[in-house]
Amino acid sequence: MTSRDQYLKLLENGDLLFQQVPMVEIDGMKLVQTRAILNYIAEKYNLHGKDLKDRAMIDMYSEGVMDLNEMIIMLIFSPDPKAKLEEIEKKAKERYLPVFEKALTGPVYLVGGKLSCADVYLLECTLMLEEKFAGILKDFGNLKSFQGRMLQIPAVNRFLLPGSKRKPPPDHKILAVAKEVFNMKF
Amino acid sequence: MSEKPVLYYFNARGKMETIRWLLTVAEVDFDEVFLTSRDQYLKLLENGDLLFQQVPMVEIDGMKLVQTRAILNYIAEKYNLHGKDLKDRAMIDMYSEGVKDLNEMIIMLIMSPDPKAKLEEIEKKAKERYLPVFEKALTGPVYLVGGKLSCADVYLLECTLMLEEKFAGILKDFGNVKSFQGRMLQIPAVNRFLLPGSKRKLPLDQKTLALAKEVFNLKF
Repeated sequence: MTSRDQYLKLLENGDLLFQQVPMVEIDGMKLVQTRAILNYIAEKYNLHGKDLKDRAMIDMYSEGVMDLNEMIIMLIFSPDPKAKLEEIEKKAKERYLPVFEKALTGPVYLVGGKLSCADVYLLECTLMLEEKFAGILKDFGNLKSFQGRMLQIPAVNRFLLPGSKRKPPPDHKILAVAKEVFNMKF
Repeated sequence: MSEKPVLYYFNARGKMETIRWLLTVAEVDFDEVFLTSRDQYLKLLENGDLLFQQVPMVEIDGMKLVQTRAILNYIAEKYNLHGKDLKDRAMIDMYSEGVKDLNEMIIMLIMSPDPKAKLEEIEKKAKERYLPVFEKALTGPVYLVGGKLSCADVYLLECTLMLEEKFAGILKDFGNVKSFQGRMLQIPAVNRFLLPGSKRKLPLDQKTLALAKEVFNLKF
């Protein structure tokens, strides 16, 4: 997305169900709402557990990670980023990381002995946390090992190389584009 | 071990109400434990009952589930309210997430520094962004997705009732949504839920907010 005109055209076409992005065209559908998109992909590619109970565990872990990710993503909107950063570090170390440290005591993956979307979300989260707080995984050895194992997945490895589709953190330039595209005042 | 799910939350709507709605429509009876003191909360923490130190928490089928969406997804799937296949599921999730965004705005009103401005924003978003989508989806179909009742219908029903509480007559220009609401209200379990004495809760008030601050030792 680079201009308001482009956005207005998508709206006119009826491509954005709730006038928002992300939107993903996949299998003949124009999916919006991050969780709807993630759930579809996870289920389609067998990354959502083998049964209802595994699914519930995956969802619990995933939602916890998403809460933490959300805080990091929203940092750029914070009137007091320094205070927010401290709050994120505190919550990460006291509320979230201990849960995953415990879950990974023994098991290679978070749920059911196989790779699931929860592992992917957690990996992404640990990388984002380390970008903000170098060494934050110092007291979370299982998590650090988990991260190491995940980084050995060839697709993950490639994604972390320069020139991949991985994006940098949002900066004020992108925020300015968003403000213009959505005609927002903030 | 009780067969009935047990809900742990404040005696208020908040984030637990949608779960109460879904269990009700699924015709699953449930028990409730209301949070009333910090000591009680600390005991739950000590027991390891709250995975991320938060409520809602629902004891169900031997699990202590937390995270609203995890709980709702489990109930919806277990009771066949999550669509017949992956594509229906995607549509249900899209509609559900849209409704949840709107519900969230209403629930968070009580924390807003400028409730009047927030109320205007909610009404605008409801009328311009959300209700038109559901009005269109319900042009013809009886339910939102796949010709059968799903959790998306339950969430939308709850939302329309909460909107009407804040903005009387907001469905005036949304005839299909109003008819949909009428049909849903005829489901016996829904009808019972709306009678006095049911497990339906009141909106979060300042008294419960003060209790929450005390229980979680929050400063806001």
